[in-house]
Amino acid sequence: MWEVKYEKSQGLTDSKLSYCPGCAHGIIHKLVAESLVELGILDRSIAIASVGCSVFSYQFFNCDAQQAPHGRACALATGVKRVLPDNIVFTYQGDGDLASIGIAETIHAANRGENITVIFINNAIYGMTGGQMAPTSLIGQKTTTSQDGRTQKNHGNPIKISEMFATIEGVAYLERVAAYDPKHVLNAKKAIKKAFQYQMENRGFTMVEVVSTCPVNWGMKPVDAMKWSKEAMEPVYPLGVFKDKGRE
Amino acid sequence: MAKVLMKGNEAIALAAIKGGVDAFYGYPITPQNEVPEYLSKHLLANGKVFLQAESEVSAINMVYGAAGAGKRVMTSSSSPGIALKQEGISYITAAELPCLIVSVMRGGPGLGSIQPSQGDYYQATRGGGNGDYHLIVFAPESIQETIDTIKESFDIADYYRNPVMVLVDGLIGQMMESVDFDRPKKERFVPEKDWATNGTKNHPGRRNIANSLYLDPAELEQHNIKLHQKYEVIKKNETKFELIDFDNPEYVIVAYGTMARICRSAIEMLKNEGIEVGMIRPITLFPYPEKAFEQIPENVKGILTCELSMGQMLDDVLIANNGKHKVGFFGRAGGMLPDPEEIVGAIKNFNERVVK
Ligand SMILES: Cc1ncc(C[n+]2csc(CCOP(=O)(O)OP(=O)(O)O)c2C)c(N)n1
Ligand code: SF4
Ligand SMILES: [Mg+2]
Repeated sequence: MWEVKYEKSQGLTDSKLSYCPGCAHGIIHKLVAESLVELGILDRSIAIASVGCSVFSYQFFNCDAQQAPHGRACALATGVKRVLPDNIVFTYQGDGDLASIGIAETIHAANRGENITVIFINNAIYGMTGGQMAPTSLIGQKTTTSQDGRTQKNHGNPIKISEMFATIEGVAYLERVAAYDPKHVLNAKKAIKKAFQYQMENRGFTMVEVVSTCPVNWGMKPVDAMKWSKEAMEPVYPLGVFKDKGRE
Repeated sequence: MAKVLMKGNEAIALAAIKGGVDAFYGYPITPQNEVPEYLSKHLLANGKVFLQAESEVSAINMVYGAAGAGKRVMTSSSSPGIALKQEGISYITAAELPCLIVSVMRGGPGLGSIQPSQGDYYQATRGGGNGDYHLIVFAPESIQETIDTIKESFDIADYYRNPVMVLVDGLIGQMMESVDFDRPKKERFVPEKDWATNGTKNHPGRRNIANSLYLDPAELEQHNIKLHQKYEVIKKNETKFELIDFDNPEYVIVAYGTMARICRSAIEMLKNEGIEVGMIRPITLFPYPEKAFEQIPENVKGILTCELSMGQMLDDVLIANNGKHKVGFFGRAGGMLPDPEEIVGAIKNFNERVVK
């Protein structure tokens, strides 16, 4: 007798993922897709793809989607959600997209308490354009535009989005998670699912920041990249729940 | 509804409501503030969406989202604000989403002034966004014509899946005229928005996607060709202009919007002096009414382009004229409005005005 123990989530299309081997983007896609299916909201969800390695996520999530200009995902999401309040609207954004060019759109969507969910992939680099410095790059981190390592003097410190957004009233749920081992992947799934659950309950702005990886542009093997996200990134970006209005 | 006395910007807002607007997203800027102010009151009260965004960049992208979701959506702004919207406009046009953009021009460049101007003709017809795209641009000359245009604009945008821009200047926005909101509008076929991203449960078996990314150049070229073909259809169907006093003109003026209003007075004054002057008044700036120029009699002494700018529509006049007649230019800029007498003088001294 055959028994299906594991299959690809119905929340993903059959399109081949465009991500590099060992990149955490793929893991997070799976968690988002599974959450939408398990919550029974896939057929009323609208994904907003951003500009970055995840630009093609509109082809991967098995639901309606819009592809946003660089940084504007939260503005599109606001536009959609305001006219379709009964639909589920989420953005999927990188750190360049969200924390640099799109920080205004993101902060104001959060401050208005837009009832949307933001999946924020922090890999401390601009993946898609070939490894330039991101606002989230670590001090000392070598990138193609900080070849001797990022300095505080020249570029400032890595921007801590979750810490910053925790101060915003309109945020209903905010957690920073990681994807470097099964335990943390399971926890990331819980956080993502909870964020969508809160959106279903109209609680306000929800965001899950994922401390992610970019083995290719970090110049590391996938396993080393996972290790680096744990050992170098996590101390700068500590994991945990930064805001949970459900618990208040 | 009988005739009412109304300010241009408020009339724009009410006409949009009559046209069925579902949502407005915008950012304050003079001289168009009465548009969002009026809508904030009347849209929210009727269960529709009004949102003051954090910037014009954000506002136009909210428009993208809501237009993609299949709703009738608009924004309005003025020169520096329209400049910021260009990125979003390019994307919306590329993704073939309908919306209404109202542009109430003020003096530029830079922060410029808040006085009326037509310095954004290039911005409206050439755009500042990237790529081969066009807006359908209407340039009404009165509040009544603005109302009639806006009421129809959502039907036009929906039909072509393309943004419509209604381009006026601060004078039309700020002045008051007696207007009628119930004039009949053209019956148009408005297709079902079966492409709207409103959840697959509304269209099982098909995912709807609003997108402008085509990494394969052959595919992107096909997309460009498709858009180009659409613009050709728009040229054929939507080009609009008015010919004024075209019986036997000695000279022909070309002017749009507020400048056309001023030229009407100048034409009357010239007629009283025995000088017959006709006018081509483009109502659509894209598509540009090149056809109108075929009706200019062989024997006219010249064409005078009049603008509230240093000469932008002039380019389209030169293209449409194609070297046939002498073309002159009269312009005021920076928010300065000419008296009709200045245009009378420009016609009388046409030879000093000739540019080509
Ligand atoms: C307006 C604009 N500026 C710049 C770019 C080029 N660009 C594409 S992706 C990207 C950075 C994306 O980095 P991030 O958001 O961190 O995503 P990642 O690829 O790392 O997942 C940039 C700068 C663009 N597409 N549009
Ligand atoms: S470049 Fe980096 S972030 Fe992009 S897919 Fe490859 S590994 Fe992932
Ligand atoms: Mg990144």
